Amino acid sequence: MTAALQVEKLNRAFGALPVTRDVDLTLERGARRALIGPNGAGKTTLVNLITGVLKPHSGRVLLNGEDITASSQAARARRGLARTFQINQLFRGLTVLENLCMTVGERDGHCDNLWRSAGSKREVIDEAIGYLDSLRLTDDALKLVRELPYGRQRLVEIAIALAQKPRVLLLDEPAAGVPSSESHLILDVVAALDPDIAVLIIEHDMDVVFRFAKEITVLVQGAVFTQGTPDEIMNNEQVRAVYLGQEGHRGGHHG
Amino acid sequence: MAASETIGAAARERATDYLAKRHRFRLAEALPWLIAIAVFFIFPTRMTFGSQVLVMVMFALSLDLILGYAGIVTLGHAAFFGVGAYTVGLAAARLDWTEPISGLFAAAIAAGLVGFVTGWFLLRYRGLTLLMLTLATAILLQETGNLRSDISGGYDGLPGLTFKPLLGVFDYDLYGHVYYLYVLAVLAVVFYVVRRIVYSPFGQALTGIRENVRRMHAIGSPVHRRLVTVYTIAAAIAGVAGALFTQTNAYVTLTVFDFDNSAKVMVMLILGGTGRLYGAFVGAAVYMVLEDYFSKLSPTFWQFGIGLMLVLAVLFAPRGILGLFERVGSYLAERKRS
Repeated sequence: MTAALQVEKLNRAFGALPVTRDVDLTLERGARRALIGPNGAGKTTLVNLITGVLKPHSGRVLLNGEDITASSQAARARRGLARTFQINQLFRGLTVLENLCMTVGERDGHCDNLWRSAGSKREVIDEAIGYLDSLRLTDDALKLVRELPYGRQRLVEIAIALAQKPRVLLLDEPAAGVPSSESHLILDVVAALDPDIAVLIIEHDMDVVFRFAKEITVLVQGAVFTQGTPDEIMNNEQVRAVYLGQEGHRGGHHG
Repeated sequence: MAASETIGAAARERATDYLAKRHRFRLAEALPWLIAIAVFFIFPTRMTFGSQVLVMVMFALSLDLILGYAGIVTLGHAAFFGVGAYTVGLAAARLDWTEPISGLFAAAIAAGLVGFVTGWFLLRYRGLTLLMLTLATAILLQETGNLRSDISGGYDGLPGLTFKPLLGVFDYDLYGHVYYLYVLAVLAVVFYVVRRIVYSPFGQALTGIRENVRRMHAIGSPVHRRLVTVYTIAAAIAGVAGALFTQTNAYVTLTVFDFDNSAKVMVMLILGGTGRLYGAFVGAAVYMVLEDYFSKLSPTFWQFGIGLMLVLAVLFAPRGILGLFERVGSYLAERKRS
C-alpha cells in the first residue's frame, strides 16, 4: 500500500544554517504521528517544506505515491494536503461562516464562477454549517473572526482544515495560545478526527502527544533523531536527555 | 437538550439566511440612481460636468474591484483609463471609426488586454514593489504615446473629435443631455456586472485574498489566476470609462495617463469607502462637486479646500464617508437596544 505522505531525504538550509537534514518521514493512511523536538529543531520548517511554502534544496515529497515536490502550495492543497498554522491564519474581516464557505468553494471549484451569487448554492452553506456544528461554532457563524476570542479562532482554524476534506492533515501546535480551560475542546476534536485521515501533529504538551499519537518522530537540529511508539520514545534514555528532560523547566506554558 | 437544539437550529437558519439573501437588492440602493436621474432634470445646464462625474464613478468602481475587494494596491490605474481613451480617440482620428458604442467594446478589449498582459507579470508582487511597477506601467504607456506623437498627438492631444449619433439617432447636443443619459446607461450596465462579480463565489475568493493570502494558498486557491482575472476585468471597465471620457469631451491628450489621474481616482474611492460598491459613487461625486465649488470660490487656492477635506476625512472618516455612515448607524442601533 502506498503511504499517504512520504518524505524522502529532505534538505533545506537558511543561508549557511541547515534547518532540515536528510529527513525521512512516512505517514501511512490513517496514521497518528506526533512530531516532537526542542525549540528550533525545525518542526515548522518541515511542515512548510511538506506543504510547499518552502522549496527543499534536495529530496522528495510524495502524496499518495505522487511526487509533489515541484507542485505549488495550492496544488498540494487541492490534492488533499491540509494544515493548520501555529499562529492563526484566518480571514479576520469576514464572518466565521464566510471563512468556511470560502474553503468549501475553493475546494470544489465554485470560486471560478463570477456570475451566480455565492449564497445560491445551498449545499455549500449547509456543509459549512456542518463543520461549525461539529466544533460548536454555529452560534458564532455570523460574527467576524476578529471579534472572537483566540481560543475560538483556533477552532475556526481547525474547521477550515476539516472543510478541505484532507487525506493528510498537518496540525502545527493546534492548542498553542489557548487557555487550558478551552484546549480540551480542541484536543477532543483532534482525537475524533476521521480515522482515514493521516495526521501529523506538532505538539509540546507531552500528555497530548502520548494520548493522541501511535507513533512519534523526534526531530533534533533538523534531523530525525529517532522514531517509535510512545512507549519506546518514553523509555529512550537519549530522548529523555535531549528533550523530555527539559520538560520540567519548560513549565507547562504550552499546555 | 431539546432547548439547545432549537437554539442551534435558529442559529443555523439565521446564518443560511444571511448568505442566501445578502446579494438581493435593497431599497436604499435605488438612491444614487434616483439622484442621478433627478440631477438630469434639476441641472439641465450642467450635464457635461454631470457626465464627467459619472465617468469618474465608473473609473473608481473599477478600482474598487481590485483595491477594495482583492486588495491590490495600484498607483497606475490610469494606464487602463488612458488605453480606453486613446482607443476611441485614435480610432476616430486615424481610422474614422466614430460609432460610439462599438468604440466602447473596442476600448474594453484593448484595455483588458493590456491589463491581462501587465497583470500576468506584475501580480506576482505585492506591496511597494507592485505599487512601483503599476506606476511604471502608466508612465511607459504615456511615454510610448509621447514617442509617437505623430500618431497620438502627444500632449497637444487629439482635438475636435466627432462621433456618430448614438444608435444612429441621438446626436450630440450643446448641453450634453444625450451624453449624460448615455454615460448613465453604460454605468448602470457596468455596475450590474460588477455587483454580480462581487457577490459571486469568485468575489468571495477575492476578499479572501485581501484578508489573508497565505491562507488562500493553503486552502488551494489559484491566487495568481484569480488576481489576473479581476485585474483584466477592472482594466476593461477602466477602459470603458476612458472611452466615455474621450467621447464626452471630444478630445483626449496624454495627460489621461498622468500619475495625477491614478492618484485622484484612488483618493475618490478611499474618500467614499473601499470594498462597498457605492463608495465609488459617493467619493467621486463629493470630490468632484467640491473641487468644482472650490475652484469657483477661489480659482488660485482651490486645492487648499480639497486638502482640508482630505485631512478631515482621514481624521473623522478613516473608512470613508460610507464607513462613517455605517458607524453612526450601528452606534444608533446600539443605543436603541440598550
